[in-house]
Amino acid sequence: MSLALLKEHYTNKNIIMSTKNWPLWEVFVRSKNGLEHRHFGSLHAADAEMALENARDVYTRRNEGVSIWVVESKDITASNPEHNGELFEPAQDKVYRHPTFYDLPDDVKYM
Amino acid sequence: MSEEQIKNLEKQFEERIARDEKIEPKDWMPDKYRQTHIRQMSQHAHSEIVGMLPEGNWISRAPTLRRKVALLAKVQDEAGHGLYLYSACETLGISRDALYEQLHSGKAKYSSIFNYPTVTWADMGAVGWLVDGAAIINQVPLCSTSFGPYARAMVRVCKEESFHQRQGYEIMLKLTQGTPEQIDMAQDALNRWWWPSLMMLGPTDAESVHTEQSMKWKLKRKSNDDLRQQFIDQTVPQAELIGLTIPDPDLKWNEERGSYDFGEINWDEFWQVVKGHGPMNKERMKARIDAWEGGEWVRDAAMAHAEKKAERKIKQAI
Amino acid sequence: MKNENLYNYILGIADNSLILGQRLGELTGHGPSLETDIACTNMSLDLFGQVRSYYQYAAKLKGGDATEDTIAFLRKERDYVNVLLVEQPDRDFAYTMARQFLFDVYHLLFLQELQKSHDITLTAIAKKSIKEVSYHQRFSTDWIKRLGDGTTVSHDKMQEAIDSLWTYTDELFHQTAADKAMVAEGIGVDVTALKVKYYSLVNAVLEEATLKIPESKWFQKGGKKGIHTEHFGYILSNMQYMQLAYPNMEW
Repeated sequence: MSLALLKEHYTNKNIIMSTKNWPLWEVFVRSKNGLEHRHFGSLHAADAEMALENARDVYTRRNEGVSIWVVESKDITASNPEHNGELFEPAQDKVYRHPTFYDLPDDVKYM
Repeated sequence: MSEEQIKNLEKQFEERIARDEKIEPKDWMPDKYRQTHIRQMSQHAHSEIVGMLPEGNWISRAPTLRRKVALLAKVQDEAGHGLYLYSACETLGISRDALYEQLHSGKAKYSSIFNYPTVTWADMGAVGWLVDGAAIINQVPLCSTSFGPYARAMVRVCKEESFHQRQGYEIMLKLTQGTPEQIDMAQDALNRWWWPSLMMLGPTDAESVHTEQSMKWKLKRKSNDDLRQQFIDQTVPQAELIGLTIPDPDLKWNEERGSYDFGEINWDEFWQVVKGHGPMNKERMKARIDAWEGGEWVRDAAMAHAEKKAERKIKQAI
Repeated sequence: MKNENLYNYILGIADNSLILGQRLGELTGHGPSLETDIACTNMSLDLFGQVRSYYQYAAKLKGGDATEDTIAFLRKERDYVNVLLVEQPDRDFAYTMARQFLFDVYHLLFLQELQKSHDITLTAIAKKSIKEVSYHQRFSTDWIKRLGDGTTVSHDKMQEAIDSLWTYTDELFHQTAADKAMVAEGIGVDVTALKVKYYSLVNAVLEEATLKIPESKWFQKGGKKGIHTEHFGYILSNMQYMQLAYPNMEW
């Protein structure tokens, strides 16, 4: 088959191509005990078991983990960056939540 | 949104990038930024998975067990890197399947260098040394690119890839320490891969369409010609160290520039290969399409099983 | 050779992993999804890792110029003693997973016994390999269930793969002369004793996967005596190509 024909074949095939693609999962890995699970990336899998297996094979090939969480990406609710102003900026001027807000004499110890 | 509002948003957006702020997937972004990123990241991902094929070609024939496991691990990494990059693309709302379609239909490009055949074992050395070497030069600056998911994927890729080039160079080194036949094999591979590797760093700046915009978005930190010069300057001494000759009669150290001058690149050949007339374009595409179409029933079965399993779980609960 | 029985015994274990690893390696870049591709390469890498430990040990026993590579690459067709099952080709993903599963179940049972061996090197290799092979078995078992239970197409393909490969399962439990000698010395595993457990484990998975357990009582054998299927010569001509075309060189 020529490349052109091959392309045509593929384009035609798309019309009847299956739409049941494996959903996307987010992978969280604990690198070692004592540390939190951290977002490592994502992958595709048909179900949770497969997602765990795939995560092990894809994201811990170099001994990167001792524990894995997977969650289907669609189940994550994310904040909208357009609301960042109302969500996060009000915290910016609440300096009294930080220890440096309070003036204490330098010779106070253990504080 | 009015035109003025959009202009204003764009201005703020460019300022954020100029301040070295990262852009995350759900942030507002100009459509061009989105499209350019989908194009570049997917092209990068496609290159990784098409790039598995020329090296995969030698897995079953690797000469020793040590070489075999190293090559297997390397090609496997390329699958991983493709996966990280497809995932980065998917954060912009395009599915991996759609990206595959673009690849298979010829709409999306991948690095042309993978359209050359791997003819001898020495090609495993040359590909690792030169092709990965050129790739690293391209990739390291991307670790600080403006789009967060791309930058994060590249950090992981660069970390993992540090062994790839060494693996290739070690193969070459061993060959050059071997019999005359092995030395010839190494030189022959260098002869065949040298020029395609130079082309891999992209058309000359004069011909390059996207450079200025890409610089602004930190998709590119240096021009193609600068990258090429950097690659040549660091690779020539590596070749000399193992007694191989760069196949370029015009190659000469330029004291004044502190760089090597080099001969004319055959850009005709480059564009021919890009257009699909390279020695292996057709085979590479066929291998990818076969794997994808041939795997469709497998993927469907896994989904069907997952659905049945979920249904059974619900029934049990009732 | 002083330890000829032990040497042959080790080859009997390692050749299986070598040929199965080689088969899995051929798939790299051609898997049904990127994730599955990566997983199969991982299994191949595990198997080659095991092979290297076994052959390095065998090379020490053999002495002289023997290395892991002379043992892996420089024997003739009749000198490889892997079972016929592992050399069967990857006709499709169902065959690949069925072959993997039918071998993994045996492999894990075998290693669990091998870790009780009186030979400390073999015990150490077995202990390390058990972890890897437990994962292989979990992976292939899941795929047997997925494809068996999945769609009509996948069910039929998996049934066909199991039916075709079934004939190679009985050989796993045949004892060679080296086996018998090593069992007598408390070094080797009595494979005949694994058979009942093997089929009960395999059958349980097949049932769960809605697959029919093949009824045929006709089994192929020969691999353990170096009489292979026709596929084997091609595996060797690939695998040995470099060593034969460029003899006595360092790579």
